[in-house]
Amino acid sequence: MTGYTAIVTVRLKSGVLDPEAETTQHALERLGFELESLRSAERFEIDIEAADHETARERTEAMTERLLANPTIHDYEIDIEQR
Amino acid sequence: MTVAVIQFGGSNCDRDTVQALDSVGVEAELIWHEDGLPAGIEGIVLPGGFSYGDFLRAGAMAAQSPIMDDVRSAADAGTPVLGICNGAQIGCEASLTPGAFTTNESDRFQCEHVHLRVENADTPWTRAYEEGDVIQLPIAHGEGRFEISDDRLDTLEADDRILFRYCEPDGTVTPESNPNGSKHNVAGVTGERDSVAVMMPHPERMSLPDIGPTDGRGVLGAFA
Repeated sequence: MTGYTAIVTVRLKSGVLDPEAETTQHALERLGFELESLRSAERFEIDIEAADHETARERTEAMTERLLANPTIHDYEIDIEQR
Repeated sequence: MTVAVIQFGGSNCDRDTVQALDSVGVEAELIWHEDGLPAGIEGIVLPGGFSYGDFLRAGAMAAQSPIMDDVRSAADAGTPVLGICNGAQIGCEASLTPGAFTTNESDRFQCEHVHLRVENADTPWTRAYEEGDVIQLPIAHGEGRFEISDDRLDTLEADDRILFRYCEPDGTVTPESNPNGSKHNVAGVTGERDSVAVMMPHPERMSLPDIGPTDGRGVLGAFA
C-alpha cells in the first residue's frame, strides 16, 4: 500500500450564482483593490492508503460523488499526489 | 395516521411540527434518526433546523443518515413525505426532490414573512387551497435559494411540480418578492410522486390558532 493525498476541488458550476464570492469581491473593491471578477472554491485534502494511483482516484471519486459535491450545483477536480 | 417527525442532531423545529400536526388532528411522534423508521408509519416530516451545523452544505450530512434509506423506500411506496426548510435541503440532497437549496442571494440569514402563490392545488399539500391563492408564511434560512438547471426547471414547470412561488401580496410573481434569489421564485417542489414535497417556508409556524394566522394548516392537513 502507498500513501496518497487526494486533493479535491469543488466549485460551483459556471453560471450558478455565488453570493459569497460576490460579497468577497465587493469587500476587496471597498478596500481599494481593482479586480475583474472573483470565484471561490472549496478544497479538501484527504490522506488515504491505496494499492495504486488509480485506486486512490476511484476511492476519492466515490467520496466526492457521495458527499463532498452536489452534482446539481457543483463541478469538481481531483488531483492525487503520492505522499 | 401516525406521522414520524425525524430528529437529526441539530433539528430544532421537530417539536413545533408535532404540536402543529396535533392541532390539525394528526398523531405524530418524534423519531431519532439513529433509531430507524418504525413499522406502521403513515407519513414522514423532515423538520427544520440546522442538522450537523449546516457543515459542508445545509442538509448534506443528514441526507446520508441510514434512516434516509427508510424514508426513500417509504416514499417509493407512496407514504407522504414533507421536508420543511432544513428538511427541504435534506430532501434535495437525498434526491427525494429535484434541485438544490443553496446560499441566499443576499449571502445572509433571512427571517421574515413572505407571500406565496399556490401554483398547483392538485396535490395533497395544496388541496386545501385554490390555484392562485396567496398565503403568508415565515422563512428562516441562509441557504434557501432554489437552484437547478434551466432544462430541468422547464421540465418541472411543464409537469406542474412547482407547489409555491414567492410573490407580492396580490399574487404577482416579481423579482422584488423573491427573498433569496430562487430560480423562477420557486419556494417548494414535489418529487416524482406528488406525495413527496419540500418547501423552504414554515407551514408549522402558521398553524396554531392561538398565536395568529393559520395559513400553513392546509399543508399539514395533507397528513389528515
